[in-house]
Amino acid sequence: MFEFLGIPPQALFGQVLLGLINGSFYAILSLGLAVIFGLLNIINFSHGAQYMMGAFVAWMCLNYLGINYWAALLIAPLIVGFTGVAIERLLLKRIAHVDHLYGLLLTFGLALIIQGLFRNSYGSSGLPYQIPDELRGGQNLGFMFLPYYRGWVVVASLVVCLSTWFLIEKTKLGAYLRAATENPTLTQAFGINVPLMVTLTYGFGVALAGFAGVLAAPIYSVNPNMGADLIIVVFAVVVIGGMGSILGAIVTGFSLGLIEGLTKVFYPEASATVIFIIMVLVLLVRPAGLFGRAA
Amino acid sequence: MADIAATDVPTAALLPGETDKATLRLHRAIMIGIAIALVIAPFVAYPVFVMKVLCFALFALAFNLLLGYGGLLSFGHAAYFGMASYVCAFTAKNWGLTPELAILLGTSVAAALGALIGALAIRRQGIYFTMITLALAQMAFFFSLQTPRFTGGEDGIQAVPRGRLFGLIDLSDDRTLYWLVAAIFMAGLLAMYRIIHSPFGQVCKAIRDNEPRAISLGYRANQYKLAVFVLSASLAGLAGSTKAIVFQLASLTDVHWSMSGEVVLMTLVGGLGTVFGPIAGALVIVSMQNYLASLGAWVTVVQGVIFVICVMTFREGIVGVIANRIKRPL
Repeated sequence: MFEFLGIPPQALFGQVLLGLINGSFYAILSLGLAVIFGLLNIINFSHGAQYMMGAFVAWMCLNYLGINYWAALLIAPLIVGFTGVAIERLLLKRIAHVDHLYGLLLTFGLALIIQGLFRNSYGSSGLPYQIPDELRGGQNLGFMFLPYYRGWVVVASLVVCLSTWFLIEKTKLGAYLRAATENPTLTQAFGINVPLMVTLTYGFGVALAGFAGVLAAPIYSVNPNMGADLIIVVFAVVVIGGMGSILGAIVTGFSLGLIEGLTKVFYPEASATVIFIIMVLVLLVRPAGLFGRAA
Repeated sequence: MADIAATDVPTAALLPGETDKATLRLHRAIMIGIAIALVIAPFVAYPVFVMKVLCFALFALAFNLLLGYGGLLSFGHAAYFGMASYVCAFTAKNWGLTPELAILLGTSVAAALGALIGALAIRRQGIYFTMITLALAQMAFFFSLQTPRFTGGEDGIQAVPRGRLFGLIDLSDDRTLYWLVAAIFMAGLLAMYRIIHSPFGQVCKAIRDNEPRAISLGYRANQYKLAVFVLSASLAGLAGSTKAIVFQLASLTDVHWSMSGEVVLMTLVGGLGTVFGPIAGALVIVSMQNYLASLGAWVTVVQGVIFVICVMTFREGIVGVIANRIKRPL
């Protein structure tokens, strides 16, 4: 077997795959943040909590209702999305007229509530979630062992990300959305129901987070704290990529996950901070972000 | 940054360019009232509790300086608070520095860290600024987690000696230490008051309200923003260092993002952009934590609920409401 810089290929590609998986979550979450920010102008601080909710709903479906993984993959985002719709209608809508920083504070408070409630009910040690039977095992590719589930996560995330891109950039609904992002008043004057769109957009954004949570459940155990630290990394990803471009968010998410995975191989001590370091470098060289427009 | 206009911070409209004489008299009266309360407090309340309130009040004042007068929402103030607390605890314990030197050193490190993070964060505006401060503060957290030789890792730095002030006055008695903490708090409050009413503070407010206009008038907005950032980080560091001496402990809790959230909550409850609001907010939140300590993990939920209620119905905060009622900035 060949070795690369003294690293056995199994370890190298294993980490690359894990990096891509983390990258999938960064991509889906930053995509959701970008879509929400575009229309609502707020940073959804509870995004991590909603990702965690997705994982928990999948776990509850399996353990309380006997609903399997595949159904949960559809049901959990719907439920999380529905709670998002409720949050938007009951809370966010009422503070839309004040400084957008209040939206951040509100969603931060919501994140504390959601995390606190789950921690009180389920503890913080984490609950196991089995990989579905169809995706057990894996394939030896010669240079690495590919567990089917991990491959599935990367493929499923890519499909979801690209569908979202297609939905927003290539369909009529997406055109309305982009128009409302650009100028809500004028869009409404053309007879498009912008408030409804805002509600659904928030629901859709957090449903994406819930979907990522279901994907993550079999890889990381289902844990009330799983979203809290992740969301800070995702914020850094958003700062690096800028929120102006959908494809930019996807590309940035996946590549940063990959870089993080490689750092784990070559210099593990920095793996927790490498994304923040890249953020610092981007701020120094291109303050507007890689895909951002100058503010 | 243009959308962080004065209209959005309700009390900001009450902060006129020149504060009139009656308001100044009122503020002076409140200052004297606070000083008297500080003298009485240790005799009617448990001194360690009062010291905790004072440390967090100073921390919240520091945070509010940046948000209320610089218009910059930092979600990473735990970094300055926590790192200063580590430096102070480490130097007091391992180098045997006297408390005043350890506090000074902790504050200086917070100022340096603030200069570093501030210089990066002001390159972006609005919501991005907030995310950058949060991400960089998380780096400080990881640094603390990964250097147990300096920070003691999960255990933190325990049994920090309170030492002798100037090498003379023994601080191991709570009552004695209290006077030092009260003096530091009062000095911090007066310094902050001086800063926001100085020409420098006026320019900061102008930049907060309309940055392009301030720039067109010839002010270097970024230099002012950085300066107010560093001042805020230093005051947060002063609070963190003092806390390390009071509780003889520096731990990961102090650098964690939830600490940044707590200081935001205190300021929000007390009143964003008010002079005295953060003190009221710190008093309320620290008391609440004390009384609700038995609830354990529910404290997080309660804090979240307070956040939501404040944002939905009580954006002016306690002091903001009073200021609106008497039609004077507080």
